[in-house]
Amino acid sequence: MRVPLSWLRECVDLPAAVTAHEVADQLTAAGLKLESITSHGHDVKNVVVGEVLEIEELTGFKKPIRHCKVEVGEAAPREIVCGATNFAAGDRVPVVLPGGVLPGGFEVGARKTYGRLSEGMICSERELGLGDDHGGIMVLPEGTPIGADVVELLGLRDDVIELEITPDIGYALSIRGVAREVATAFGVPFRDPAAVEPPAGTEPSWPASIADETACDRFVLRRVTGFDPGAQSPLWMRVRLTRAGMRPVSLAVDITNYLMLELGQPLHAFDGAKLTGGIVVRRARAGERLETLDHVVRDLDPDDILITDESGPISMAGTMGGLETEISAGSTDIVVEAAHFSATGISRESRRHNLVSEASKRFERGVDRELPLVASWRAVSLLAELGGATVQPGVTHAEVDVRPARIAIPASHPGDVAGLPYSKEAVVHRLEQVGCVVTDGADPAVRSGGVDPTGVITGGELAARLAVTGDDMITVTPPSWRPDLTDPNDLAEEVIRLEGYEKLPSVLPKAPAGAGLTEAQRLRRRVGRALAEAGYVEVLAYPFISADDFDRLQLPADDARRRAMRLSNPLAEDEPLMRTTLLPGLLKVLVRNTGRGFADVALFETGAVYRPREGAPAAAPMLGVERKPTAAELASIEAALPDQPLRVAAVLAGEFERSGWWGAGRPASWADAVQAARLIAGEAGFELSVIADQHEPWHPGRCAALYLGDTLVGHAGELHPRVVEAYGLPPRTAALELELTRLEAAMTGPVETPAISAYPIATQDVALVVPDFTPVADVEAALRDGAGELLESLRLFDVYAGAQVGEGNKSLAYSLRFRAPDRTLTVEETTAARDAAVALAADRVGAHLRTS
Amino acid sequence: MSDYDPVEVTPLHADEVARMEAGALEAIKAADSLDALKQARLAHAGDRSPIALANREIGALPPAARAEAGKRVGTARKAIGEALAARQAELEAERDARVLVEETVDVTLPWDRRPRGARHPLTTMQERIADTFVAMGYEVVEGPELEGEWFNFEALNIAKDHPARSEHDTFFVGSADSGMVLRTQTSPLQIRALLERGVPCYAIAPGKTFRTDELDATHTPVFHQTEGLAVDKGLTMAHLKGTLDRFAEVMFGEGITTRFRPNYFPFTEPSAEMDLKCFVCRGASAVPGNPPCRTCKSEGWIEWGGCGMVNPRVLVACGVDPSVYSGFAFGMGIERTLMFRHNAEDMRDMIEGDVRFTLPFGMEI
Repeated sequence: MRVPLSWLRECVDLPAAVTAHEVADQLTAAGLKLESITSHGHDVKNVVVGEVLEIEELTGFKKPIRHCKVEVGEAAPREIVCGATNFAAGDRVPVVLPGGVLPGGFEVGARKTYGRLSEGMICSERELGLGDDHGGIMVLPEGTPIGADVVELLGLRDDVIELEITPDIGYALSIRGVAREVATAFGVPFRDPAAVEPPAGTEPSWPASIADETACDRFVLRRVTGFDPGAQSPLWMRVRLTRAGMRPVSLAVDITNYLMLELGQPLHAFDGAKLTGGIVVRRARAGERLETLDHVVRDLDPDDILITDESGPISMAGTMGGLETEISAGSTDIVVEAAHFSATGISRESRRHNLVSEASKRFERGVDRELPLVASWRAVSLLAELGGATVQPGVTHAEVDVRPARIAIPASHPGDVAGLPYSKEAVVHRLEQVGCVVTDGADPAVRSGGVDPTGVITGGELAARLAVTGDDMITVTPPSWRPDLTDPNDLAEEVIRLEGYEKLPSVLPKAPAGAGLTEAQRLRRRVGRALAEAGYVEVLAYPFISADDFDRLQLPADDARRRAMRLSNPLAEDEPLMRTTLLPGLLKVLVRNTGRGFADVALFETGAVYRPREGAPAAAPMLGVERKPTAAELASIEAALPDQPLRVAAVLAGEFERSGWWGAGRPASWADAVQAARLIAGEAGFELSVIADQHEPWHPGRCAALYLGDTLVGHAGELHPRVVEAYGLPPRTAALELELTRLEAAMTGPVETPAISAYPIATQDVALVVPDFTPVADVEAALRDGAGELLESLRLFDVYAGAQVGEGNKSLAYSLRFRAPDRTLTVEETTAARDAAVALAADRVGAHLRTS
Repeated sequence: MSDYDPVEVTPLHADEVARMEAGALEAIKAADSLDALKQARLAHAGDRSPIALANREIGALPPAARAEAGKRVGTARKAIGEALAARQAELEAERDARVLVEETVDVTLPWDRRPRGARHPLTTMQERIADTFVAMGYEVVEGPELEGEWFNFEALNIAKDHPARSEHDTFFVGSADSGMVLRTQTSPLQIRALLERGVPCYAIAPGKTFRTDELDATHTPVFHQTEGLAVDKGLTMAHLKGTLDRFAEVMFGEGITTRFRPNYFPFTEPSAEMDLKCFVCRGASAVPGNPPCRTCKSEGWIEWGGCGMVNPRVLVACGVDPSVYSGFAFGMGIERTLMFRHNAEDMRDMIEGDVRFTLPFGMEI
């Protein structure tokens, strides 16, 4: 909302010394936040009224050029060269003299141009910062005093305060509403521009009725005839409209816009000559269409609120008028409409047709229901005054019986909410400043009749649940321009904001002792930290992916990860899916980093994936809000939502250990990925079982499935070469993805302290020959199981393949460490345990002791 | 039997002993290495050395002469021993000094064989915020990012046709009427916290949020907020202000200036915006005539987040009796907090994943 300070001053007795910034600060403190202040005309100087004495047309130039003698009230007339031709000798015009300044700091001097001396400039409206009109020189009314200061004369100097208006306070989308706040803030009188008494008139000026009381609860028409279609909007009106952000159009339209800005009541002007019979406010019928002012033919929805006559729809109520009945350059018979429409109805209509207008913005935020009679009267009065029209007697006034809400609160309620007691006098005073009527005692009432304000549910059980009771009750009737005040806390806010938020004390509440982070939350932090310590950099990729990602990942057609939730309005049309794996995002970030010159990259992300549930309903139900939903109702929402487990994934490429002056580095490999998975599981207190697997997007020969007991928790290894190619990754990029939620679920209680044996260690080494396809994990498991309880630890220290162990075999050298808790082991005991280990390995995987 | 005249035993003559001692000391002094000293020790203090041989002769002397001869030889041996020890220490010190110098390396050589990674500052910022509130007794609550529309809007008193709803540029899942959205705010966690935990409830809920804004320097479609919620008996706006003042102090340091200003959110009533005095211009740019400030757009203040007293309508929807309980809630932007606290200027850096952005932030923020 743009508010010219001069307009505001018409409604508030502001001391002259108060600046726009001071006004804006007070408004910000009252909840109407300052966006910006634009100053106009403060730099303008030396612009005076002159009379054109003589005009000499110069020839020989590409365009007409005039050399004028202009009387400006000095000793001698000024000579001025001018390119415009719309003025004549004898006209009074604004002249900027040498040394003068025009808006924007544009300095004007005396200079030679077109072979003549030019001592200043004759100005257009645009050059004076008054509007867009640059069609020619601004010709002032006859008799304007020569030499007068144009800045004062035309009110060039003004400040426009632009405010951010929150969606609850429609009344502040008007000079009237803002002025009321300013008057309260400065404690000065407010002059209500709506405080006019239209003459009593009972005869309808045009037949009209309301057919749908949920759509409209007040509909007013007034009519003028004999309007002069050639009449121009006066300069002051055009300047104000322009500065408030609207474009002047024609006198009739400008008047409706001007009053909408001043009062907040949207108005519509019909050409009376184009109306056919009685007007009815109703909802649209199937198949109806209307061409609106913007030349768009709109298919109407049965929920749309319409103004119709016997020809059909003539206007989309509160949104945009119809083209057919629009006033045009020849209209002389004008019917002005001012109405009060359903806020939700207009909101829906505006969204449905993607049509946001100044009118719809106001209606959906709530318009003062008492304005239509006043605003329409002011409109026809201005049409008469400025357009030479005759106001037709009478007024059409269709309305629905509406009983406003009354809210009862204890006088102490605002203070109880604030944590700062206010006297009852202060509470009543503040509410009265807002425009409320306050009486003693509790006499609440639910609003009845009329249209819904801003989609707020009221009445019934909810009103009872929201009621606040206590001692010293007062009953508050909010004013007609505040449909947003429905609840006790709404009134509390009014009192607290006007008393000043800055006066609120700052007190720390004493919360009961909390339990700290959960085990799962701690685990997530540990995992992040461990991976970062191990060399991985965390990224937060967008969760949006493309169906092409599934192809790039080489996922089979029936892979569960291809089933994804789809956005109906994605930002990028080619990425409408919610990720089912973290890898695409990570791989793209990896490519970005390598593209920026970082060949050695290790990245990780912890985040949710979105996995649709089998057989889930396509929609989540919308529950009521008047009470707590039942467990079954809540479950019906959860059932539709996808499963959203937390995963951790990592990708790595280039050197994982760098080469340098110390020698060669070590490239990132499948083994690092598997090791990172072990690291993650280790943070949860688990040792993973690793099993060779074939699972896209991994290399079929270099893919590890990671298990926690029987539960699959993820995969790790080197990516499939085709995946590497599809994403443009460095060769042999490795990756892992693990479901943290499954680790969290499996976490058990605290670690059991191990018994530390003080007896000596006994070490035995064995070298086993096995077929080379035998997984080491299986050999190790056999050795462990076979060695029994005396085995303290086991470590693979060499892997050998070569002629000495035979073609197709490998030799695995293990160091086995034995220790007993209660005695020193004998050689016989350790040898027996080792032999048992080897025997089980022989049994399970065909291992035999290496002999050479 | 011949006379036995001890004076006739040459090695024990005073001048002979003195000569042996002098010779020994000379050799010790001349030894220029530990090996040479070892040779000198053998030659002048070893079992076969002249002084050792002389020592043996003492026993053969008549008892009257033994004491004097013994004293003379003993003194000499002691002097030789001390000289040896001293020289030994000297040579060892020399050797040590030499070896340590020879072993000197260039300690400025790099050793970045396994560079450390880092955690994302938006993650660690969420953790720091959580820790701040956990220290005040709050608990961290979580909920789905792909959320039921009822949780994201209706239960928060944002009715379907309310203009406040259209201010949330919402991602719809499936179709626009599926009842499922990407949560546009962390506020649905208020509902979940109240429904799942009941009252009293002190909850902090950092998390991901989504709106259909194109990525640019100050917008991103995926961003982070932290929700805070306290519902208890007797909570007031003063408690809200106290909590946020403390929060601001922990985040930005003592001396941060905050401002509470009326605002509107359907799920809080009364509602407020928490502004921070601009770090760059300290509010000076708001005064007419002063140079403009890019950071606060010359407003002097920067919006940090919205807050207010939980709308009793929200309490009702969660089965909490507003005549007994009241509460406050707030929602602060994590990206904004990072921008203010660490002068991060461009939102794009936070999401692109360039390791140069993340690495300096390390493990904690």
